[in-house]
Amino acid sequence: MRQRGVSFWLLLGFTLFVCAFLIVPVVMSMLAGVTVNYQTGISSGFTLRWVAQVWEGYSDTIFRSIGIALACLACTLVLGVPAAYALSRAQSGFARAIEELLVMPVAIPGLATAMALIVTYNTLGNFRTSWTFILVGHVLFTLPFMVRSVLAVLSVIDLKTLEEGAASLGASFRQRFFTVVLPNCRPGILAGSLMVVTLSMGEFNMTWLLHTPLTKTLPVGLADAYASLRLEVGSAYTLVFFVMIVPLLIGMQMLARR
Amino acid sequence: MSPLGIRLERCAKTFPDGTRALDPLDLEIRAGETLVFLGPSGCGKTTTLRIIAGLEAPDAGGRVLFDGEDVTQVPIENRNVGLVFQSYALFPNMDVRGNVGYGLRIRGVSAAERSARVDEMLAMMRIEALADRRIDQLSGGQRQRVALARALAVRPRALLLDEPLTALDAKLRDTLRVDIDALLRRLGVTSIYVTHDQAEAMALGDRIVVMDHGRVAQVGAPRDVYYTPATAFVADFIGTMNRLQGRVENGQFVTGAGAEMLFRPESVRLAEDGPIAGTVAAAFFLGDHTRIFVDCSGRQVIVESTERREFARGAPIRLSIDAASVMTLKDTP
Repeated sequence: MRQRGVSFWLLLGFTLFVCAFLIVPVVMSMLAGVTVNYQTGISSGFTLRWVAQVWEGYSDTIFRSIGIALACLACTLVLGVPAAYALSRAQSGFARAIEELLVMPVAIPGLATAMALIVTYNTLGNFRTSWTFILVGHVLFTLPFMVRSVLAVLSVIDLKTLEEGAASLGASFRQRFFTVVLPNCRPGILAGSLMVVTLSMGEFNMTWLLHTPLTKTLPVGLADAYASLRLEVGSAYTLVFFVMIVPLLIGMQMLARR
Repeated sequence: MSPLGIRLERCAKTFPDGTRALDPLDLEIRAGETLVFLGPSGCGKTTTLRIIAGLEAPDAGGRVLFDGEDVTQVPIENRNVGLVFQSYALFPNMDVRGNVGYGLRIRGVSAAERSARVDEMLAMMRIEALADRRIDQLSGGQRQRVALARALAVRPRALLLDEPLTALDAKLRDTLRVDIDALLRRLGVTSIYVTHDQAEAMALGDRIVVMDHGRVAQVGAPRDVYYTPATAFVADFIGTMNRLQGRVENGQFVTGAGAEMLFRPESVRLAEDGPIAGTVAAAFFLGDHTRIFVDCSGRQVIVESTERREFARGAPIRLSIDAASVMTLKDTP
């Protein structure tokens, strides 16, 4: 076997160090969520008490977050896919400007966007206290990710010629859109969906300002738990978050690969 | 269905940025003929095809007529014309069968009838073995066969082909050209073929429309276009053309005072007693013939010879050109 040089071992050591740096806190936090008393350490024994307490107090935030993420996905699909299609077809400078402007909500701090939404819509019926208020913020923030993913796919395939081919075979605009455009956008739509759901689930900045005590999302509840309850409960919350979101993301990934 | 006759009336095309792609064009495409639009890129040939297909609208005042019926406002999906593209434009989300049957599916043809028709098309294009392949598993030549099958499956009133062989390598181009020719003759469908390749145009076209800078330079049968070019552009674009100053004497062309005369390389004979003297500037042995560049007192003449001997550079040579094969152009200065 070839003798490995010093640089190999240095690199390996560095890689392991970085991994440990990232993974150890996650493991610690998860362990903290199931230890009886974190101050005493693991010797105090394990318990599911904290997890149960989180579930009792915060399960609504979990389901709300999943609900908002899925609603957000629906909105970005309905708005974003046709928008990307239209932008890819339009050659004008105006379309390019729109494409750039779409990423503004990502560049602008979430707090600023949230403030603008509150200032504008505070007095609009029950909108301020509804979960749809948070949804609007999330759609604003995640839409560019959907549009960009679909645009990336559209820039690779010659959709215009494909559509012309379909039209020459008698397909109307609606038939072309559903039989040719959408199926060929699929990789972009799936990649975008994954981004949108992930971002919406974890969004905190904006949601922190947009939420009301009755419309807390998972990350907001998490901050709540960290701030006002004991460390074990906060950690148990992280654990629940992890257990809920990882299968969801893996499921979406598998769907995207198929 | 009887073949479709197409007429273009004052069809011009100006793009939004002001570029004039096509000057007003009047053209009659006869039912069942294969008409080839030939010209360099940017000459307006593809624009003309797209106007016929319904992918572009002519400028105001232009009309497209199918069998006398004005279809200028009819969108492409209702014109029932088959389109074959240089880039094939096959749907990557469907297999070969799905692509060929697409037009039938759109028209709501029953699954059984569709399947039978697809099989028939695949057999006609000799690609039965590829029926269940994905598009990305096909070679360029196979893709173009699928594209042809797809366009013909719906029994279009006319078949429009936009540089269908340009993306293929030379050998494949030759085989597919022969196949397309046989196919068009057999089906008797009105076909419009766009190409920049003069060999393709000559081989396939009943008539050729030579285009240059958005204008029609000449319309005619391949022989007319080759032997009696109407303009200097046509003369130079199709085949190789020699030019020498001179006149006809005793049934032969002689250099000297006179008009500028044009002649093809293959009509030049090498003759010991030929009236035109020159020296060999370069000679290329191409197997079936030798292409000789002859320097005739400062002007270059290209000659094709089937003689087996070698032509040494700098050797004197004498040429003779039959009077019947020299031509003059009206617009030659």
